[in-house]
Amino acid sequence: MKKCLMPIWGSLFAVSTANAEWEVNLPVGVTDISALIFDLHMFVFWICVAIGFVVFTAMTVAMIKFRKSKGAVPATWSHSLTAEIIWTVIPIMILISMAIPAARALVEIEDTRGTEMTIKITGYQWKWHYDYIGEDVQFFSSLAQTSNEARRLGSDIDPNSVENYLLEVDRQLVLPVDTKIRYLITANDVLHAWWVPAFAVKKDAIPGYINEGWFKVNETGTYRGQCAELCGKDHGFMPVVVKVLSKTDYAAWLAAQRTS
Amino acid sequence: MSATAADIHDNHDDHGPVHTGIKRWLFTTNHKDIGTLYLVFSLIMLFVGGLMAMIIRAELFQPGLQFVNPNFFNQMVTLHALVMVFGMIMPAFAGFANWMIPLMIGAPDMALPRLNNWSFWLLPFAVVLLASTLFMPGGAPASGWTLYPPLVLQTGDAFPFAIFAVHLLGISSIMAAINIIVTIMNLRTPSMSLMQMPLFVWGWLITAYLLIAVMPVLAGGVTMLLMDQFFATSFFQAAGGGDPVLFQHIFWFFGHPEVYIIILPAFGIISQIIPAFSRKPLFGHSAMIYAMASIAFLSFIVWAHHMFTVGMPLAGQMFFMLSTMLIAIPTGVKVFNWTATMWQGSLSFETPMLFAIAFLFLFTIGGFSGLMMAMAPPDFQYHDTYFIVAHFHYVLVPGAMFAAIAGCYFWLPKWTGHMYDERLGQIHFWLSTIFVNLTFFPQHFVGLAGMPRRIPDYAVQFTNFNAMSSIGSFGFGLSQLLLVYVIYKCVKGARKATAEVWDSPEGLEWTVPSPVPYHAFDKAPTYTPRNWGG
Ligand SMILES: [Cu+2]
Repeated sequence: MKKCLMPIWGSLFAVSTANAEWEVNLPVGVTDISALIFDLHMFVFWICVAIGFVVFTAMTVAMIKFRKSKGAVPATWSHSLTAEIIWTVIPIMILISMAIPAARALVEIEDTRGTEMTIKITGYQWKWHYDYIGEDVQFFSSLAQTSNEARRLGSDIDPNSVENYLLEVDRQLVLPVDTKIRYLITANDVLHAWWVPAFAVKKDAIPGYINEGWFKVNETGTYRGQCAELCGKDHGFMPVVVKVLSKTDYAAWLAAQRTS
Repeated sequence: MSATAADIHDNHDDHGPVHTGIKRWLFTTNHKDIGTLYLVFSLIMLFVGGLMAMIIRAELFQPGLQFVNPNFFNQMVTLHALVMVFGMIMPAFAGFANWMIPLMIGAPDMALPRLNNWSFWLLPFAVVLLASTLFMPGGAPASGWTLYPPLVLQTGDAFPFAIFAVHLLGISSIMAAINIIVTIMNLRTPSMSLMQMPLFVWGWLITAYLLIAVMPVLAGGVTMLLMDQFFATSFFQAAGGGDPVLFQHIFWFFGHPEVYIIILPAFGIISQIIPAFSRKPLFGHSAMIYAMASIAFLSFIVWAHHMFTVGMPLAGQMFFMLSTMLIAIPTGVKVFNWTATMWQGSLSFETPMLFAIAFLFLFTIGGFSGLMMAMAPPDFQYHDTYFIVAHFHYVLVPGAMFAAIAGCYFWLPKWTGHMYDERLGQIHFWLSTIFVNLTFFPQHFVGLAGMPRRIPDYAVQFTNFNAMSSIGSFGFGLSQLLLVYVIYKCVKGARKATAEVWDSPEGLEWTVPSPVPYHAFDKAPTYTPRNWGG
């Protein structure tokens, strides 16, 4: 379903996606799961539009047709078993049609079998720590200096002049493309949540818990997100930046990290 | 209600308050006085919480930090929510309950008048205590109204004061709820059966049970926070073997029914207003009651849909996803039934009806986004973004708050004996409706495009919609000053209202004169359901 419908959804929002400042919708993303979630989102969106069309039309027609000022005489009925059965049964059927694909997607999202590598993500006030399990590579990743200067109260720096304002870090998480990557996530102090919209991954980092998930990125590139769980004063200033490289570039990067 | 020679001696209709001046309000046990106190308090809190919203929106007007530091911003986010939920919207509906439930069921007063006085008078102290935390070392709680540990445990000296404020607010609500249940069960005129009760009374009866069920849970949860902080327990501290997620389960076991505690009285008010201005009986009276009862029941088994990202097992996510989707069914029934009530009616569009119709449209939009986020997979994207902020503000502002405003216009003539200024009321309606949409609709867009909630500053691509939203919020805030003026003008005196006020609405409350005498229904009136001739 998703492969054939995606161009249609895409074209409907082409106008908006052309300009990031007027972006009004979820990203389709660069993982199979993000595309699946996007399709589910659009599916329910159009269901809501359809229901809204029917209900709002009925309300509007009632307001226009049955006005006292136009001499409408009120009817006296107040029950209709048929109508009540209809508007209970139809929503049930719509809900079932939503629940089935949603449940399927959920099962797919939670299927962590067959992962090829593991990273451990730890949330700190207010930075992320990445650990490449078994590779002896680990580092902190915090807000880039350019953003950090511009974001101070009373700094005279225009955020528009800063490249990737609030969405840039000093050290990016580097990962390989086309690899099923398992992530383990926890926190050292308070709750955080690691979110990359393009991967449709959002998972809470909780002290004392190690949560697990996975993603597999289909395209190389740089993807940006933010902490999504209120974690104190600099919650808005701990971005997530993931740089996805080809497998060979990644291997080279990893080797360079070990030697340095 | 007709006085006979025998009861003239006992007729208290003409008695006024025992005390005058400030003492009247401090010591009153009269449900009308207490209702007025609640409503005035709620209106004041609307502006207190609103001012905090204005600070938030001013900071978010542009990227970069212009006015406040991030910590103060978080304090505003926290207090705005607590003040609006516990100080504004809940007391508003408690005010309507106090005023209208006895009148609607033919009772002389609330069943427990002294308790009633105390329920109200706890509120100003609780809110002052809460607001005073702003001036304590470390500032007010900055953890969001959800008070999640471990973050909330980083609050400074204010921590125990904020917890006690929440306790006081909870006690006030529980006592109000007890009073409402006892009044409905014991003081209802014998000729009115439970199923004949007006929908507003039903909405509140169910709400009162919800309050009694979940307020103690919140009180327990925040007490455990207090113990973790001061008595070395580790309910929620991972380092001591505790579980931070446990608090979320406790909070949302309270928090989800809380949503319906706010919206069921609103449903009740809308269910009174739409038939009155459609001149047609409410469609499916019993179905509407059953729908509210099912919503209330379901509200106890859906709480973890607020927690899809905490790492629940698959089975848990599946259960909470499916149970949440079920809520759409009774909610749909309500919207369809209101629409069916208008169908083939004879509609007129005075201010209460305008706000009720705006509620129908805009609450439904909030319901749609709710349906979207019921599904766990897309919710991984929506969770903790402005899409959620847009959703619950649609449900709470043009939802619950519009219902409260509608109720205010609907019953103001009954309370004061004067008609409000219809022209100003309609201007207030249009300003509110335009600005509320300008404020909250763009928040859907930035949320989907990736803006997290509870951040004081944002990436530059979110600028346009945030600026729109801020402009809308300033307009909405200013428009509410007009409401105050309309109320003031109406109280001070205007065209006299008749007992019925509107075009022969149904219900006992319209059989007593306007303004309602200080003591009404000393003898239980006879309730006869209207024969609509159908
Ligand atoms: Cu964080």
